[in-house]
Amino acid sequence: MLTFIVRRMAWTVLVMFAITVLVFVIFFKTPGVDPARQIAGRNPSPQVMQEIRHQFGLDRPFPVQYGDMMKKIFITRDLVSYSNQGIKVIPEIIAAAPATLSLVFGAALIWVVMAILMGVAAAVMRGTLLDPLLMIIALIGISMPVFWLGEVVNLITQSRLHHTFLFSWVPPLGYTPLTQNPVRWFEGLFFPWITLSILYIGFYARVLRANLLEIQNEDYVRTARAKGLTERRVLVRHTLRNSMITFVSLFGLDFGVLVGGGALLTEVVFAIHGVGFLTYQSLTNLDLPTIMSTVIYGAFFIVLANTLVDIAYAGLDPRVRPA
Amino acid sequence: MAIALTESAEPPAQAPDLPPEVSGRSPWALAGRRLWRNRIALSALVLFLLIILVCLAAPLYAHDIAKVNPFVNNLNGTTIIDGHKVPLMQQGGGILKLGETPLGPTWHISNYFLGADQQGRDVFARVLYGGRSSLEIGIGSAVICCVIATIIALIAGYFGGLVDAILSRLMDVIWAFPVYLLAISISTVLLTEQSGLSIGPLHLVATSLWLPTIIIAFIYLPYVYRPIRGHVLSVSEKEFVQAGIAQGASDLRLIFSDILPNVISVVIVLLPLMIATTILTESALSFLSIGVQPPNASWGTIISDGQDLLYTRPWVAIAPGIMIVLTVLALNVLGDGVRDALDPRAKLRVEG
Repeated sequence: MLTFIVRRMAWTVLVMFAITVLVFVIFFKTPGVDPARQIAGRNPSPQVMQEIRHQFGLDRPFPVQYGDMMKKIFITRDLVSYSNQGIKVIPEIIAAAPATLSLVFGAALIWVVMAILMGVAAAVMRGTLLDPLLMIIALIGISMPVFWLGEVVNLITQSRLHHTFLFSWVPPLGYTPLTQNPVRWFEGLFFPWITLSILYIGFYARVLRANLLEIQNEDYVRTARAKGLTERRVLVRHTLRNSMITFVSLFGLDFGVLVGGGALLTEVVFAIHGVGFLTYQSLTNLDLPTIMSTVIYGAFFIVLANTLVDIAYAGLDPRVRPA
Repeated sequence: MAIALTESAEPPAQAPDLPPEVSGRSPWALAGRRLWRNRIALSALVLFLLIILVCLAAPLYAHDIAKVNPFVNNLNGTTIIDGHKVPLMQQGGGILKLGETPLGPTWHISNYFLGADQQGRDVFARVLYGGRSSLEIGIGSAVICCVIATIIALIAGYFGGLVDAILSRLMDVIWAFPVYLLAISISTVLLTEQSGLSIGPLHLVATSLWLPTIIIAFIYLPYVYRPIRGHVLSVSEKEFVQAGIAQGASDLRLIFSDILPNVISVVIVLLPLMIATTILTESALSFLSIGVQPPNASWGTIISDGQDLLYTRPWVAIAPGIMIVLTVLALNVLGDGVRDALDPRAKLRVEG
């Protein structure tokens, strides 16, 4: 197990290194693209261009440039955004993190509970009308673009039905920190949570149902039934428990992706000022230092989440370890 | 279950109890029959083809039925509703009764069916044109992605060793990269270069639809590569490949006539699901203004345009979204049907 962890960690470090190089190459070494012009934002003055060329050492060799950039992002953390009045990028990202975490944690809670309920209900009720009905709902859920769904939700809760008792409690778009006003925090995040989780509820319910039906044919489930266990116990202790291995590893990956920037579209539609919203704002300002930093931080988080999932998986299932 | 399967895979001479409609037919013909019998998947296919057809007819609609040009500002334009001349941009409206509000849906197919957008352009005609871009990019990038990923997977899986290690690690790095972040990085750099981008003989302009197509094809490479490489690896170890090697067949011959036909079904199962994914990705990137660039429109850009009009003229944003949902839903259902048709084990497993 220890060798597995060490090897996995070594691979993680390697992947992180490769990602920083890849990002650096995309932003600084794309053929035909002048990086100084890119970093400077819209309509830079010649002085700013000169300053950037000097500061980022664009006339120096590739490894030096790369090293300088990584130092600015990770060690001195003083990478400056040119299109945003010289604001420091890294502290800004850290300040935006709580909003993203609030959004993703809440949505994850909803999607895990709902997906298990739907998946199990569909598998148990197979042969009845409920199963195909639930699966069609799940399929529609995974076919909707999340930003469009968010706009439809906004249209209903903020405008068309806002005056009715159903949605009159919904506050205007935006994020209120938990420490500032917990009730407002919850009210403001309720519909973003639902919107973000619908895709995942659909996806996980489908995966779980297929998995449950597959496991039902396993020998140990037949043995459990032969022992005379109740159907309920067979389901909860034997089938569902084994399906959870797939479920948990998928969950780890998706959770990592969402915290690492995948919640961007939801944040934009609901004006939640998290890391994804920051990336979006930098996109509209062509603020490349910020985009580059959010991309690298997001990718790092995802790679780390993948590593943790793999290690947890190996801990749960010894068959994986030698690989 | 497994025993039943191997029996049905044997030639009919050794399995005399096979039903007559199965014996003597190729696996492709059998898969086709299974798909044909699957009415739900078939209606999904019809819906998808219908959407393609309607979107291809966009110029016809714009020129001959609506008689508008949906790519030109028409802020001072007027149209005739119930014999009255109505301006496309109406003064007042919205919550504050300030500014201009475009014409709402008329629900007359030949006359601003879904109303006009912020610049007085016919929304319905734009949705049709937008569908052309979305479908072109979606189908194009999925096909390019599948072809390139299959070639890489064939090379990696067949040659193995160092070649496989290098290619697989490369794919792992792209895979570790979050899809949207990778797309955002590449798109921002490429799209900010106004003069266009030259890579060798290729010259791409920022407004070209090829740019988002190539970007999306690139980011999904590892998702197609991984399952195909696995199949190539297992097929490469089969006896008939060994026999081919013993006969002195060339690498190319082994790859293309022995291995490829045996993994192509995996690619075909993946294709509709990939198109669904790439259409969603394209719409998301266009919504973030780093996909399709004006003057072109796509479903994503129209939703983005409609964001400002959401509370006054919601149909601008809702209509393209409904088109996306219908298209992606049809493709997902079709993908499930194709998988069940080509991989009888998946069906048996679910039904067993």
